[in-house]
Amino acid sequence: MDKLVALFEWVDARFPLGKMWREHLSEYYAPKNFNFWYFFGSLALLVFVLQIVTGIVLTMYYKPDAELAFFSVEHIMRDVEWGWFIRYMHSTGASAFFLVVYLHMFRGMMYGSYKKPRELLWIFGVLIHVALMAEAFFGYLLPWGQMSFWGAQVIVNLFAAVPFGIGEPLSEWIRGDFVISDATLNRFFAFHVIALPFVLAALVVLHILALHEVGSNNPDGIEIKKNKDKNGIPLDGIPFHPYYTVKDIVGVVVFFIFFFAVVFFAPEMGGYFIEHPNFEQADPLKTPDHIAPVWYFTPFYAMLRAVPPMLGSQFPGVMVMGAAIIVLFFLPWIDRSPVKSIRYRGIHFKIALGIFVVSFVVLGWLGVQPSTPVKTLMAQIFTALYFLYFVALWFMPSFEKTKPVPERVTS
Amino acid sequence: MRKIITALLLSMMPALALAAGGGMKNYSVDIDMDNKASLQRGAKLFVNYCLSCHGAKAMRYNRLAQDLGMPEKMVKENMIFTADYSKKPDGEISKVGSLMEVAMRTNDAKNWFGTKIPDLSVVARARGADWLYTYLMTFYIDESRPFGMNNQRFPSVGMPHVLWELEGLKKAVYKTEKGADGKDHKVLSGFEIVKPGSMSKVEYANAMRDLTNYMVYMGEPALMERKTIGVWVILFLILFFFVSYALKKEYWKDIH
Repeated sequence: MDKLVALFEWVDARFPLGKMWREHLSEYYAPKNFNFWYFFGSLALLVFVLQIVTGIVLTMYYKPDAELAFFSVEHIMRDVEWGWFIRYMHSTGASAFFLVVYLHMFRGMMYGSYKKPRELLWIFGVLIHVALMAEAFFGYLLPWGQMSFWGAQVIVNLFAAVPFGIGEPLSEWIRGDFVISDATLNRFFAFHVIALPFVLAALVVLHILALHEVGSNNPDGIEIKKNKDKNGIPLDGIPFHPYYTVKDIVGVVVFFIFFFAVVFFAPEMGGYFIEHPNFEQADPLKTPDHIAPVWYFTPFYAMLRAVPPMLGSQFPGVMVMGAAIIVLFFLPWIDRSPVKSIRYRGIHFKIALGIFVVSFVVLGWLGVQPSTPVKTLMAQIFTALYFLYFVALWFMPSFEKTKPVPERVTS
Repeated sequence: MRKIITALLLSMMPALALAAGGGMKNYSVDIDMDNKASLQRGAKLFVNYCLSCHGAKAMRYNRLAQDLGMPEKMVKENMIFTADYSKKPDGEISKVGSLMEVAMRTNDAKNWFGTKIPDLSVVARARGADWLYTYLMTFYIDESRPFGMNNQRFPSVGMPHVLWELEGLKKAVYKTEKGADGKDHKVLSGFEIVKPGSMSKVEYANAMRDLTNYMVYMGEPALMERKTIGVWVILFLILFFFVSYALKKEYWKDIH
């Protein structure tokens, strides 16, 4: 034990180990009133680590080659010891990642966590979401099934919609070929296993550093740093470690119960996590009857399809889809209400947020359906409602009746 | 772009033909991974009738032996008839640890059947068990097809009815129905055996169930173990939930 202490002291004299431990864990004061919605940040970090670890193992056996890729995945599923388990954790992890990130973002919207002084924290978060979408998109090509191929074809063709003669060369540049091919598979593999994991890891570090600089928001939307004791410790704050580390373990266990129930009992999740046509090897000459992206992209895909082509170009749809994400960056300035949390905001905010969530979910459902005139109309209405939320948020302070916000957190 | 549109239109043709056929519903089939006898019978049918025009190149013979409870020697003597010409051009018969590679050359297949012959390793996961079973059950005589047979589940399929010896030959029975456009349409309503095979109707249905069962297994051999392991994992996690919750309560005593 003495030797261990000596080692720690030796390191600590050369590296801020103790300081980092204190700043980020044992003396990082988090509000004591976190509720259910505050599990998803740490769960997102957990899933990220899980994806990295399972991804490393998969990379050991996977072959990024159009001739070999499809059956190398089946090799992992059969011949590699526990390969199926690693692969299902990775495929389920992709969906789980989006699920916890969407819930995490919804928490932020509900409690106004993006508001001053947490604007940059929110922006880093939206950047993580964008990087995650890219990561998932690149990764989905790798099993080289029919949906991998045609999904990638559809998405890369979106870039071909860019006008002024830029589109076609741009999409060819991305693919490295005129169609999705071996060249595309190789570069997507590089992006998926090297480039984007680095970007994601860096953004996660920035996100956490920003969080620990400004401190966590809470369900009451009160700044706990306003009320400190004589030692400068927030009266409503508790050290992250051990209080929230032990609490998060409970969250992790509950999350794992659901996660492993999918991994062991329904890894395809009825075709939503692993799509059935993806068990057919990619065939450039055979288009599937119905191309649908994986569920986490479908809200945005529905928006894309809702916008009719103009002058023979899909570009307006691409613009709308892009705008749906870009607008999130500006949320801290669009929401001008002085009150952060939904608990003390008026009925208008609650209704607007409710409509926003319903729109997002309905768009997600529409995105997996083949289009029909009625469904296209629905997609148009709900796309409009999605954007209307941000308009409503901007004008809300002029008519919204907010409740008085208490001085201290409620428990 | 034109190529893609053509491909799209072509891909819609089976769907259109199906629509004209009156909207075939899948038969449903029970899948039972615990029924080793059924899986073994299915494997026997598979290696005798499906292999080796089709390959199953994700599957190894010895894995089959192990999972289905058959000695390797038995599998070697009774189930391996073909060579993998892509790797062994001298025609050496596959070994028990080999993959179930296709023996037919791709170009020959294209000449004879007009199409590439799909690998069947994971076809059950792409199509679903009910689809496969229905496909196997609905071959009927159609003189307009190159091999004289058509399929209701997969109209104009390139594959001949290789199991006709077992099932016999059946012709389609049509009835007339009023379509949405008010006109009369000929709709396939059932089948009638015109030449009996070596199996009765019930025997053939059971055999196809065995074959489908085997193909579901072959699509995902891990299916044999993953649910059993899963039960223990979930039970452990539930137990661990109570431990972690007690720990959390202990630490948080002084907060609330």
